[in-house]
Amino acid sequence: MRVMASVAMVMNLDKCLGCSTCSVTCKQTWTNRDGTDYVWFNNVETRPGVGYPASWEDQGRWRGGWGLDGSGRLRLRSGGRVRRLSRIFANPEMPSLDDYYEPATYDFDMLLSAPAGEHMPVARPLSAVTGLPMAIERGPNWDDDLGGSSIYAASDPNLTALHDQGLGDQVRLEFEKTFMFHLPRICNHCLNPACVAACPSGAMYKREQDGIVLADQDRCRGWRMCVSACPYKKVFMNRLTGKAEKCTFCFPRVEQGLPTVCAETCVGRLRYLGLVLYDLDAVEQAAATEDPTLLVEAQRAVFLDPNDPAVIAQAEADGIARDWIAAAQASPVWALVMKHKVALPLHPEHRTLPMVWYIPPLSPVLTATTQMGGDNTDADDVFHAVASMRIPMAYLAQLFTAGDVDLVAGTLMRLAAVRTHMRALTTGVGRDAATPVGLSGADLEELYRLLAIAKPAQRYVIPRAHREDAARLASWVTGCALDSPGGVGMSPTGAPAS
Amino acid sequence: MSWSVAAFGVWPYVALAVFVVGHVWRWRSDQMGWTTRSSQISEKRLLAWGSPLFHVGMLAVLLGHAAGLLVPASVTTALGISEHAYHLLAVTAGTISGTVLATGVVLLLLRRFVLKARLRLVTRRADVVMYVVSAVVIFCGMWATLQHNVLGAGYDYRETIAVWFRSIFAANPSVDLMVGVPFLYQVHVVAAFALIAVWPFSRLVHVWSVPVGYLTRPLIVYRAGRQTSELVRPSAVSGSGGSDYPVRRAR
Repeated sequence: MRVMASVAMVMNLDKCLGCSTCSVTCKQTWTNRDGTDYVWFNNVETRPGVGYPASWEDQGRWRGGWGLDGSGRLRLRSGGRVRRLSRIFANPEMPSLDDYYEPATYDFDMLLSAPAGEHMPVARPLSAVTGLPMAIERGPNWDDDLGGSSIYAASDPNLTALHDQGLGDQVRLEFEKTFMFHLPRICNHCLNPACVAACPSGAMYKREQDGIVLADQDRCRGWRMCVSACPYKKVFMNRLTGKAEKCTFCFPRVEQGLPTVCAETCVGRLRYLGLVLYDLDAVEQAAATEDPTLLVEAQRAVFLDPNDPAVIAQAEADGIARDWIAAAQASPVWALVMKHKVALPLHPEHRTLPMVWYIPPLSPVLTATTQMGGDNTDADDVFHAVASMRIPMAYLAQLFTAGDVDLVAGTLMRLAAVRTHMRALTTGVGRDAATPVGLSGADLEELYRLLAIAKPAQRYVIPRAHREDAARLASWVTGCALDSPGGVGMSPTGAPAS
Repeated sequence: MSWSVAAFGVWPYVALAVFVVGHVWRWRSDQMGWTTRSSQISEKRLLAWGSPLFHVGMLAVLLGHAAGLLVPASVTTALGISEHAYHLLAVTAGTISGTVLATGVVLLLLRRFVLKARLRLVTRRADVVMYVVSAVVIFCGMWATLQHNVLGAGYDYRETIAVWFRSIFAANPSVDLMVGVPFLYQVHVVAAFALIAVWPFSRLVHVWSVPVGYLTRPLIVYRAGRQTSELVRPSAVSGSGGSDYPVRRAR
């Protein structure tokens, strides 16, 4: 056992209102530049839908993530190293700008410079890529709120998979009539990152101390393999520099104990940040689990209980500081993923062991319960709906459990139990629903507090980078010459030169 | 100084000096800019044909040049290859690889400067210079081969250009040998040294970053802080070797 610490995130999809504040603040922080104009490290997509870039989940086209070879060993879906290098002159599996969208601005100058006339002047859209007038045909969130649309939702790769089971149209129609939900996405900072494995120049790497996956701008040579290898399409090419860029998990903030920008600015307060301890030696075996539907449990088995004395002893032996172990014990991610088991990873079947997990949305089920004539505050009715409806359960299973409907159903039942239990507690109406889902009343109340009323200090449990490392870490990221004696502009005494 | 001394006695040394000093400067000062500057994200259809044709053709042409320029005629004769056989082989292989290369470069030029407005604003001055100089080198070389060796009576560059080329590296350039060389070859040679001078300032530097190390390195790279780690992740799956997934340590 080799204990490692990783930062991780959980997003509660029931609380996502699709406002895209996270996307905007992330963009303002990280990609508000020429060349990354089309890049959204954080995006929010409507489900069902094609997402961003369009149909990113269609691995038949992009061959992202890992598969197993004939003898059950992990192998990138894009093949072996030689095959990848043979595609280096032109990577056929890489999306092009059209799969994202062509960024545009508007000819605002026209509004001021147009001569006085009978009609209002119009600011035509101009391509940010060519500078020429263009017709805007796609955007980063083009199918926003069009969850059931026959144009966009019908192209959802998850529905194609269900179509083979004869459920595709049914799901689409059900969603059209009833519900949709939003899916915020960032880089998953995977334990077994395909982008890192595919990078020919070794520029993509995973930080040992906190598991954040980064693209080294000095070592990237623009071979582009990371873009296609990432099954989530969360590595991007800067159009101008020709180098790969990706979500940084806001590491300069995280090192200071601050939440990521997307989490901090989330209006719905749906993001949770915390540490997870995991066993590095078990990662590879877990990722190579043969049955894809067992991958969620396999990944959970890689995570180590931070309250287990043996784990604590080994963590200390492996150089993890006490304050980090304490943070792992207080981690909301641990509570949601491991203790209460209400969170699931996105597309675990790609075997990357993602570290951003999602609490699946209960609201589609509640809506359906009502439509079936049930009481959506009654656990029995909701359980019945969960158990009897393959829709939308089958769709959620495509997203979060590699198709295992029972795993999604169990997760949703626990969420439903929280509602019923708290209702019974506060109104005296209804019946305690703790027993059927295997959680005690105290568990459900703790879960309720975490999901509903937790303050930032409980939602974001991020230990600072070690103090002895902090100056070093900060100096190469955000350093100022005036921070320390001897810097440029400092007098020999350490005071700023006048 | 006559034009021939300038072009064939001085210019190669200037170009080589710029090449060496330029690379040292660029490597030390501009790791951020050291990249293929791939434009595949902006356009991929023409690139899918143009780029592989260009690169494969270029590798073949470079091999041919190495054989033609660096191996003296006396060596091939000693190996029992007649001048006629050598000529036939060189012209055939050269024409095929040259055609592949020229097709590729035409596609890439069309793509960048004619067909794709998307590439206009991502094309830098260094790219334009590099494209123009490479195009001159490639088309003069191709044209000279066609005019003199495919359609013409044949021109034995191994007696003149190749000897002169080797004499450059002996620090005693035989400029006289180049005076009588057909004009197209002269332009080809001068432009080729211009390309060598442009090299360190263009995206051509990516040639030195061919990722051969990728074939043997551990797939998952860990780094502690800025330093590459000493971390060892033992292969837990199927103890025997041969896996595409050895995760040991990264350098």
